Amino acid sequence: MGFRVLKAGMLTTVQDLGRNGYQSQGFSVGGALDVRSFNIANMLVDNPENEAVLEITLIGPELEFTADTIIAITGGDFSPRLNGEPIAMYSAVYVRKGDILKFGSARTGTRCYMAFSGYLQIPMVMGSRCTSLKSKIGGFKGRKLEAGDYIGERIKRRYLPFFLSRKLPPPDYNNDNGVLRVVMGPQDGLISKQGIETFLHSEYTVTGEFDRMGCRLDGPIIAPKKTSDIISDGIALGAIQVPSAGKPIILLADRQTTGGYAKIANLISVDIPRLVQKKTGQKIRFEAVTMQEAQRLYLQEVKELERMRKEIHTPCKEVLDCRQVAKRLERLYADAETQRFF
Amino acid sequence: MKDYQILIEGDSSILIVFGDTISTEINQRITSTVQLIRAQRIEGIVDMIPAFVSLLINYNPLVISYDALRKRLEKILQMETKASETVKRVFEIPVCYGGEYGPDLKNIAAHAGLSEQEVVKIHTSCDYLIYMLGFLPGFCYLGGLDERIHTPRLETPRLKIPAGSVGIGGKQTGIYPMDSPGGWQLMGKTPVKTYDPQRDPAILVQAGEYIRFVEIDEAEFQRISELAEKNEYQVTIREGGA
Repeated sequence: MGFRVLKAGMLTTVQDLGRNGYQSQGFSVGGALDVRSFNIANMLVDNPENEAVLEITLIGPELEFTADTIIAITGGDFSPRLNGEPIAMYSAVYVRKGDILKFGSARTGTRCYMAFSGYLQIPMVMGSRCTSLKSKIGGFKGRKLEAGDYIGERIKRRYLPFFLSRKLPPPDYNNDNGVLRVVMGPQDGLISKQGIETFLHSEYTVTGEFDRMGCRLDGPIIAPKKTSDIISDGIALGAIQVPSAGKPIILLADRQTTGGYAKIANLISVDIPRLVQKKTGQKIRFEAVTMQEAQRLYLQEVKELERMRKEIHTPCKEVLDCRQVAKRLERLYADAETQRFF
Repeated sequence: MKDYQILIEGDSSILIVFGDTISTEINQRITSTVQLIRAQRIEGIVDMIPAFVSLLINYNPLVISYDALRKRLEKILQMETKASETVKRVFEIPVCYGGEYGPDLKNIAAHAGLSEQEVVKIHTSCDYLIYMLGFLPGFCYLGGLDERIHTPRLETPRLKIPAGSVGIGGKQTGIYPMDSPGGWQLMGKTPVKTYDPQRDPAILVQAGEYIRFVEIDEAEFQRISELAEKNEYQVTIREGGA
């Protein structure tokens, strides 16, 4: 039950919503970088909200399934192929024992997520199944996946309600306008007026120094009033640090818990998934919004996910159309193997 | 008069800043604030990061609104805490100094113009306050290192410093909780696992507590190492008034 890793890809890790409650001891929160894609992947296979998935980075892995299961792939498009045939993303897909799933490199976006209806066989460590690469804990043996690894599933689940309805439109990463919203502060007071202007009115480029800890940007230098060094303090997800060199760094899931550079602003929660799907060389800009506006957008996002959940729990045209159903049943009966569908 | 400032850090965090200088008083204020907040079990608080002069609180705005949280925090911040309530806890960390355990002890001694034994004596003669944890799981920022043994970091950092190494970096001293690159001058090593992911709790100490280094010889190092490996070593903890 589960899958074997034939090729590991560049950085494939087990992630969930992260390990909270231990930052005061120096443990990073971790968890999926693109929480939106993470949520949708789990939703498509009817998983609980915080179920562990695979996070796949830039170059995807090759996996062999050792039992039938249902998967869903979301996020960046890595041209997934099942036994050589392209398969739909943002859709529940039934895979069989022996099937080989091969990902290419990221055509759009930079990270994709793969959820399993059978719940990955990964032990809980300090309240989470996410991999912490730095602390070497959680996930699969505290590390990224390597060829030869095997991960099982905790339950057998080969039937999902409204199976045919379980698909959603994929996002269009190429159409993203690149304007990321921020809440200013808490240490914008240490930055010169000119520096704030520069930050809000310049274009910044996503550099190759972009990992699970953070994303370094290139662009006009943001000058502090005197110094951007502060007495080290805690760092929130999406904090934008300005080190003395003046090039901003956006801190992400695996960020260090504390840091000593002024934080000019903080990316709003709903725009973090957009940033983490940007490729090296892509341009972004910042726009300031109020904290209240950021929270309103966050609530709106939660409602939008709820709407998606309803959509995939509604009988679709294929289900309601008698001829379609008859055809499907015919196909199912024709294949003796398909007993397991019921 | 308010001795704190409440700042916004994004849409899911609040930063409380208590001042702009590192002091034991501010650190105690932060430690007691954390305890008061924990005791109230405020629904919606996801995590807290106490630091030198500030406390970052992560919250879920869908569970508690910013205004409601701020109000509750203000109330807590205005509570009086009696100094007598805080008991000083000192963890005695055994350290084998010099030789292969502390390859830079001679550098530290040379820089200070003291003998190696004098450096060790100074290092083991005071209780170091744990101001905060960060950088790595279990890494303690300690205050109180004697000025005489302040030593600049190595010009070229080591790629791998073994877990348990005790060193000096500038004005700070501390223990590497896990293998890590680093530029501190290594003066010794402790056989105690300050971070053990298999143990509960994984981290021995927390901010607001103290560490005292105690010199041990190689034989004792071996003996404690074996016990620590079996998870049978208990660190001595002294408790008493501040």
